[in-house]
Amino acid sequence: MADNKKIKPNATAKEIPMAGIITTPGNAKEFKTGDWKTRVPVHIEENCINCLICWVYCPDNAIEVKDGKMVGINLDICKGCGICHNVCPTKIKSIVMKNPD
Amino acid sequence: MAVNLKQLSQKETRLTGGHRACAGCAAPIIVRQILMASDKPVVVGSATGCLEVTTTVYPYTAWNVNFIHNAFENAAATISGVEAAFNSLKRQGKLEGDFNFVAFGGDGGTYDIGFQSLSGAMERGHDMLYVCYDNGAYMNTGIQRSSATPHGANTSTTPAGKESTGKKEYRKDLTQIMAAHNIPYVAQASVSNHRDLIAKAQKAFSIKGPKFLNVLSPCRLGWAYDPEITVPLAQQMVDSCFWPLFEVVDGEWKLTYKPKNKPNIEEWMKKQGRFKHLFRSDEGKQVIAEAQADVDARWEQLLARCGEK
Amino acid sequence: MKVRKALTGNEAMAEAMRQINPDVIAAYPITPQTEIVQLFSNFVADGKVDTEFVTVESEHSAMSATIGASAAGSRAMTATSSQGMAYMWEVLYIAASMRLPIVMPLVNRALSGPINIHCDHSDAYGARDSGWIQLWAENAQEAYDNLIQAVRIAEHSEVTLPVMVNMDGFIISHGLEIMEAEDDDTIRNFIGVRKPVYHLLNEKEPITMGPLDLQDFYFEHKKQQADAMARSADVIREISKEWKDLTGRSYDMLEEYRMEDAEIAIVALGSTCGTAKVAIDQLREQGVKAGLVKIRVFRPFPKEEIAKALAHTKAVAVMDRAESFADFGGPLFRDVRASLYECDSRPKTISYIYGLGGRDVTLDTITQVYADLQRLVKGEQVPMLNHLGVRD
Repeated sequence: MADNKKIKPNATAKEIPMAGIITTPGNAKEFKTGDWKTRVPVHIEENCINCLICWVYCPDNAIEVKDGKMVGINLDICKGCGICHNVCPTKIKSIVMKNPD
Repeated sequence: MAVNLKQLSQKETRLTGGHRACAGCAAPIIVRQILMASDKPVVVGSATGCLEVTTTVYPYTAWNVNFIHNAFENAAATISGVEAAFNSLKRQGKLEGDFNFVAFGGDGGTYDIGFQSLSGAMERGHDMLYVCYDNGAYMNTGIQRSSATPHGANTSTTPAGKESTGKKEYRKDLTQIMAAHNIPYVAQASVSNHRDLIAKAQKAFSIKGPKFLNVLSPCRLGWAYDPEITVPLAQQMVDSCFWPLFEVVDGEWKLTYKPKNKPNIEEWMKKQGRFKHLFRSDEGKQVIAEAQADVDARWEQLLARCGEK
Repeated sequence: MKVRKALTGNEAMAEAMRQINPDVIAAYPITPQTEIVQLFSNFVADGKVDTEFVTVESEHSAMSATIGASAAGSRAMTATSSQGMAYMWEVLYIAASMRLPIVMPLVNRALSGPINIHCDHSDAYGARDSGWIQLWAENAQEAYDNLIQAVRIAEHSEVTLPVMVNMDGFIISHGLEIMEAEDDDTIRNFIGVRKPVYHLLNEKEPITMGPLDLQDFYFEHKKQQADAMARSADVIREISKEWKDLTGRSYDMLEEYRMEDAEIAIVALGSTCGTAKVAIDQLREQGVKAGLVKIRVFRPFPKEEIAKALAHTKAVAVMDRAESFADFGGPLFRDVRASLYECDSRPKTISYIYGLGGRDVTLDTITQVYADLQRLVKGEQVPMLNHLGVRD
């Protein structure tokens, strides 16, 4: 029973762990859901107060935070729901939703 | 307990992105926030449902923690078995460490088909937290009614029509039923109030024994609304006292949030496609009035329980 | 050191479970299994086992919690009968597909309806295709021996499948018999400790179990399961041999009784085989060349052994203690008949549905079957499908 970490699409019964067990925790982040979006969030750094409300409400863990600061949005994963924009508490929104180019 | 987002953001995420939940789905928000509240390794169980199918599409998993899905109606029993194994192995010196055990289920897997399994696990006193993400219908199979579906809602098995104003029945009050199990901690929370939700999860994890958390979880598909408003929509439902925030600690009922104004339920109903038929006829308006009366009566009852009147 | 004891089947099963000393048991009472649960509760109450005993609210939760406990890396067991088995049917498949080495005594009882508490095999047959290995016992001794071997079979790295250990309700479960039990150390050394490859309590290497498995991989996971079931036959033989070396009691996939020169034979499961042996001895005294093939392992099905045992006979009666409403005999009948298909010369094979709902199977009942087989050999007409002893 091969405990191969990454499972190829055409892997055989002998090559994959038994019982559908997935041994690569969190590998869904490699699955790109970013192409679902119809609107793109854009972070406007000068308005941002780093309150991290966008981060705590993002359903897709797409808000990137480093050392307690909002540093960007992972657009490969972001589905464009707009929640981050909606919950952003700054007077002039620090995340705006734009139509893709 | 203090909820410090800067501190919480230092922790490794326990549910990654790249899952296939709809854009704007509340369930992953709830899961992320609850798992942030645990300082121990966790083992998560999930009932069959949106959360489970969208987070574990083989060979992908969004779970950064040990996770098991068994079937639809047995998340509580399954996690109770994991907890029993932990107790046994630990007592025999076969295992080190400590864990939090968490089971997630939607309202279908909790109020309905999984109710017996939940009731049994809570009665047996396992050290586990059961979380219901209540979106008020069987969303995963295409929006069929559950016993959590609100009065008047249009679902695929209570469709509005010439002779129908949507669901005839009223919601089962599961949180109250769980409180009647006399377990150490029962609470109701909402995706709209992250501090309240995370604090409740922290409190739950700090208590040994069975805990139950019922969380309002808007479904942009089944409720038919713009996904951007997931959070404020839930906030309005909380403010209207349709979904009050409270906790029951060792039998003591306590409101954890008192709305300043109590808007009518119409305010959020009109934003949701599942209620739009009610605004088009006199019968529909009557249903809204009935639903409002029901919400008001339950709210009065809750205030009395919480010693607020 | 062996101890000879007078035990009921349920007591023998409970004794084996005490010796196995599982980490977790999650169980729910049902007639005729109840006594096993009660006896085990006493072991827990008296501190004779290390087991965490989970008194669940249903059989569905019994199997669900056992799955959770086994997935967590512990040695986990449950036990049931009849409706309880039917109620856990959904999760039986999940236990097998998750490749969890759960061991479960099944005290066989007729399925409702109408409701009946006595022995037949409809419960086990209902789980026939669930992916569980099925062992069958003629008496309490075999039930005890099978249960202990089942732990090794289930947990073997080439297998990792759940095992169901069948025992006829009331006939064996409540019948007292003299049997041999091994001492605790012998059993504990024989079964060893479980060493799971994956489990949920390994915080350093988190896993996801029970994912959504669609068109692209579901089939491969089912093939893995089928391969494990196929491999289990050799493992069962190997462990049976080890058990024989240890205890002197011999087991295989099936047992042949006076088959070497038999012209007519019965194939059956469970306690009826004991009755058949007595009938055979009497018939042999009268010069009738009668024999018996007792199936010990029903899943995986010992197709080659059956063909080998029966190929030289002239007529075979296959006994099913359950109706399967196929209008083509019972499941054992169809499996045996199919096993004979590749033989160059095949015996005539007829089906008997018998003993439903605990209907007594006496020496006369079995002798009647051999009489039918003798008539068949003489060229007389005997129907292919028979309901033995029913008032029709």
